[in-house]
Amino acid sequence: MTDTRTQPETTRAPLAARLARIADSDLWWSFKNSKSAVGAAAVLAFVTVTAFLAPVLAPQNPYDLAALELWNAELPPVWMQGGQMPFVLGTDVQGRDILSGILYGTRISIFIGIASVAVSLAIGLLAGLAAGYYGGWIDNVLMRIGDVLLSIPIILAAILVSSVAQALLPPELREAGIAAVLVLAIALYSWVQYARVVRAQTMVERRKEYVQASRLVGTPGRRLMLKHILPNTLTPVFVAATLNFGLAILIEATLSFLGVGMPPNQPSLGTLIRVGNQYLFSGSWWIVLFPSVQLCILVVAVNMLGDWLRDALNPKLR
Amino acid sequence: MLAFLIKRTANAIFVMLSVSFIAFMIFRFVGDPVELMLNEQATQAQRDALRAKLGLDDPFIVQFTTFVKNAAQGDFGISFRNQQDVLAMIAERFPATFELVIVATLISLVVGIPLGVITAIHRQRWYAETLQFTSIIGISLPSFVVGIGLILIFSVWLGWLPAFGRGETVDLGWWSTGLLTPSGRLSIILPALSLSLFQITLVMRLVRAEMLEVLRTDFIKFARARGIPARTIHFRHALHNCLMPVVTMTAMQIGGLIAFALVTETVFQWPGMGLLFIQAVTFVDVPIMAGYLCIVALIFVTLNALVDITYAVIDPRLRGADK
Repeated sequence: MTDTRTQPETTRAPLAARLARIADSDLWWSFKNSKSAVGAAAVLAFVTVTAFLAPVLAPQNPYDLAALELWNAELPPVWMQGGQMPFVLGTDVQGRDILSGILYGTRISIFIGIASVAVSLAIGLLAGLAAGYYGGWIDNVLMRIGDVLLSIPIILAAILVSSVAQALLPPELREAGIAAVLVLAIALYSWVQYARVVRAQTMVERRKEYVQASRLVGTPGRRLMLKHILPNTLTPVFVAATLNFGLAILIEATLSFLGVGMPPNQPSLGTLIRVGNQYLFSGSWWIVLFPSVQLCILVVAVNMLGDWLRDALNPKLR
Repeated sequence: MLAFLIKRTANAIFVMLSVSFIAFMIFRFVGDPVELMLNEQATQAQRDALRAKLGLDDPFIVQFTTFVKNAAQGDFGISFRNQQDVLAMIAERFPATFELVIVATLISLVVGIPLGVITAIHRQRWYAETLQFTSIIGISLPSFVVGIGLILIFSVWLGWLPAFGRGETVDLGWWSTGLLTPSGRLSIILPALSLSLFQITLVMRLVRAEMLEVLRTDFIKFARARGIPARTIHFRHALHNCLMPVVTMTAMQIGGLIAFALVTETVFQWPGMGLLFIQAVTFVDVPIMAGYLCIVALIFVTLNALVDITYAVIDPRLRGADK
C-alpha cells in the first residue's frame, strides 16, 4: 500500500501527483477489482450525499412543526391506493413525510458514527502510543482500564453511560447535549481496541533502528511518537475504524430504539424505527419498514467496505 | 497451574470490583435516594433519619465497602419504584431470559454448523458463495430490525406466530418455564430466531474457516485414501476437529447474549431481566439498574474465566501466556 501520510510536510507533492500515486497503488487496484467493494462504496456515497443534502432534497422539513398537516397523516406510499405526491414513501401519524425523516435521520446517524469514531480514535491512539512507548505503570493502568471496560457487554455499557449522563445533564442542556452524550457513550468503549492495536505495534516499532537513530539526534519523545511511530501503526487501525464506524451507527440506532438515544424531535434512524414500531399492528407498516431498510443498507455497505479493506490490507492474503 | 488459577481468579475479582464500583457510582450520583423514597410532605427530621439509616452520611469508602458486602450477599436493596427486593425481582425474570438465550444458542448451533460445513466443502459452488456473502449481511443487520421484520412477516402479514409475551408458563418450583406449553413454545420461536441470527452467521463463518484448515491436513488425505465415504470424512473426522473453538466461542457468547437479549426482549415484550432493566432505566430505578449490571457482569466474567481456565487445563502452553 502506498502511504502518502509519511511524507514530511515540506516535500508534499502537488495534488495531481498525489492522485496519480493513489491510482497506482495496490490498494486502489484491489478496490477496482472487487465488485462488492465498489458497490458498497457507491451505495455508501449515495446514502451519505443524499443525507447531507437533506435540506435541499427532502420534500419537507421534518423538524418544522408548522409544515406538518394532520390531514396528511398516515398516508401510504404513492404506489398504493391513497398515496399522494410529494409523500413518496408515505407519512407518519403526525403527517411527517417518511422520506424526509429518513434523509434527516440518516444525517444524524452518520454524524454520530463519524464523531464517535473520531473521539475514540483520538483517545485510543494516544493511549496506545503512551502505553507502548513508556511501558511500566502507564501501560499497566491503561490496559487494566481497557480490560475492565471490555468485560462489560458493549450494549450494557452504552445504555448505562447514556442514561446516567442524560440524568446528570441539567435540563436546559439535555436537548443539545444528547448527541454528545451518545458519542461519548460509544467512544468510551471502542477506544480500547485501537489502543491495543497501536500499543502492540508501538512496542515493535520502538526498538527499530529508525526510531533509535531519531532519538539519538535528540528528537523529543512526543514528536517521536506522533511523527515517526504513529504513521507506522495505522494500517490495522484503518480496518478497525471502518468496522467500528458501522458498529457505532448500529449502537446509536439500538440506543435510540430502546429510548435512551436521540429524542423524537431530533430523530435518528433508530428513533424513527422506535416510533414506527408502535404502529406495526395498525397496518401502517411503511412507518417502520423504510427507516429499517435504510439503516440496514447503511450498515451493510460500511461492513462490506470494512471486510474488503481487511482483506486488502492483510499481507498474508496477497 | 495453581499460579495461573490464582491469577485468573484475581483478575476476575478485580473486574467484578470495578464493575461494582461503577454500579455504586450510579447509585451515589444519579438522583437523591432520599428524595425518591420519601414523599414531598416528609419533614427535615424524617429526611435526616432516613439518610442516616441508609448510611448516606458515612465516608465514601465505608459506603462502598457496605455496598460491596451487601452485593456479595445478593442484597441490592429495594426497587425505588415498587419497593420490592431487587434480587427477587431479577430472579423472577431470570428463567425467561435464560430459556430465550439457550434456545437461541441451540438454534445457532443446529443451523450454523451444517451451513459452515457445507460452505467449506462446496466452497466453489454458487450456493456456498452466496451463503458466505449473505453472512456479511447477517452480521450487519441490527437485531431489533430483524425482530421487527420477523414480527411484520410472521405475525402481522401471515398471522402464524405470536409477536409478544411468553405465552402460558408452568411453574416448576422457583423456575417458570414456557417450554412445556404449546403457546409458550410458539411464543419463543420469533424472539429466539431474531436473537440467534447473528450467532448463526458467527458459527457458520467459524466452522467454515476451521473446516478449510482441517481439510488440508494429512489425516484427512489418509482417510480419503482408505476409501472412507466423503460424508463420513466431512461430518465425522473433519467436523470433530473443528468443534473445540465452536464450543468455546459459544460458551463465551452466552454471557454476551444474556446482556444483548435486552434488545430482543424489548422488541418482543419478552418478560425477562433485560426488559426489567430497560423499564428501570426509563424510570431511573437505580437499585435495579445496579443489580442487573452486577449480575450480568458476574455471569459474563465467570463464563470467560471458566473458558480460560478450561483452555489452560487442556493446553499447558497457555498457562504462562497471561499478561
